[in-house]
Amino acid sequence: MSLVAIKGLHKRFGALEVLKGIDLEIAPGEVVAIIGKSGSGKSTLLRTINGLEHFDAGSIDIEGERITPAATDYRALRLKVGMVFQQFNLFPHLTAGQNVMLAPTVVKKTPRAEAEKIARDMLAKVGLAEKFDAYPEKLSGGQQQRVAIARSLAMQPKVLLCDEITSALDPELVNEVLKVVEKLADEGMTLVLVTHEMRFAREVCDTLVFMHQGRVHEKGDPEKVFASPATAELAQFTSSTR
Amino acid sequence: MTSFSYWDILRNLLDAGVWTVALSLIAFFGGGIVGLVVLFLRTSKRPVLRLAMQGYINLFQGTPLLMQLFLAFFGLATLGIEVSPWFAASLALTLYTSAYLGEIWRGCVEAIPKGQWESSASLAMSYFEQMRHVILPQAVRIAIPSTVGFSVQVVKGTALASIIGFVELSKTSTMITNATFAPFTVYGTVAVLYFALCYPLSWYARRLEVRFNVAGSH
Repeated sequence: MSLVAIKGLHKRFGALEVLKGIDLEIAPGEVVAIIGKSGSGKSTLLRTINGLEHFDAGSIDIEGERITPAATDYRALRLKVGMVFQQFNLFPHLTAGQNVMLAPTVVKKTPRAEAEKIARDMLAKVGLAEKFDAYPEKLSGGQQQRVAIARSLAMQPKVLLCDEITSALDPELVNEVLKVVEKLADEGMTLVLVTHEMRFAREVCDTLVFMHQGRVHEKGDPEKVFASPATAELAQFTSSTR
Repeated sequence: MTSFSYWDILRNLLDAGVWTVALSLIAFFGGGIVGLVVLFLRTSKRPVLRLAMQGYINLFQGTPLLMQLFLAFFGLATLGIEVSPWFAASLALTLYTSAYLGEIWRGCVEAIPKGQWESSASLAMSYFEQMRHVILPQAVRIAIPSTVGFSVQVVKGTALASIIGFVELSKTSTMITNATFAPFTVYGTVAVLYFALCYPLSWYARRLEVRFNVAGSH
């Protein structure tokens, strides 16, 4: 039984069709890496999974929650799907702790004391327990991104989407974020990552999805897919990123 | 014939100034509350509401305040609703102020990066929750200097209320001039009083702007 089932997903921006019929199933606990050239539709696909992009045809099912092109209210969906962004997008007027506490208190009406405990636990999980009272501008990019992960986790999502979460980081800060993601993967979190970190995709992920021109071009076990690409496009892509 | 000392003139003007201040406060705070409604509707997801507010804003920004005062006073009267100059002036100035503040604040809301909307949306927050907890607290910092700056326009706008018979600083100055035949003294004093009300606001607005530019994000 899959946790996420995407069927026949089409999406166009004006005349440009960016998703040309995506079918994808994700099992609970599965860690999926989506790779591909820029413009292949990988970020758009990720963003449709929590309603940040509308789509024109198809459906997305997540644990009994069905999203179709007619959907207008994504609240129930977003309670199950967390998202971490390339640019962190922390709330600059709130401390790290308040950033993590906000959605549980406001959306889930969790009592403050309990929300604070959750926030402290989540910050500890990403290795930033001592930064509870720090404002985002006082944190490094890597630390900000880890707070952003903690903020998503505090809502206890079933799936966590990561949209190129290390792309805006200085090279020396990439690893601290990837380690946190790896830990989540080990703990059984269902993860969908759009990434350029090929080594990470290969070593940590269960499934590799290669997107090309709006379609899932190739999909499978990362080791096998990387070792023997079935298509010329993937072979070319992997050789260009190595 | 009675003679008036300068003190008599000043005392009467200061008494009248209280009404200018009162009307300014009503217009500013009333306009602020209505302006917040304008802002929410103007940035709503529904095109109908956005369009309606666009019309509202165009109407009040595109016609003279004087006409709005006339319509509130004489217009309502011809519809059979008798209103006092007090009520008409408060109503017209409140609506006028709301149209400007709503539009000033919309600019501030739209200056908040899109990522703030997306990340709060992905945390399952509703539009109202996003505004209340994420967008407005950041927008307010940007909005304060221009809002305080606009309050100067409101204070000066109250002078027009004299034309529909509301007795405030300007109306009183005309009445005193008619009795004293000393227009230069009276109007000069009135100008100084308006300046004394407005200049501190402009000065404070400028200071806030500098402070928020230096202080950064929180």
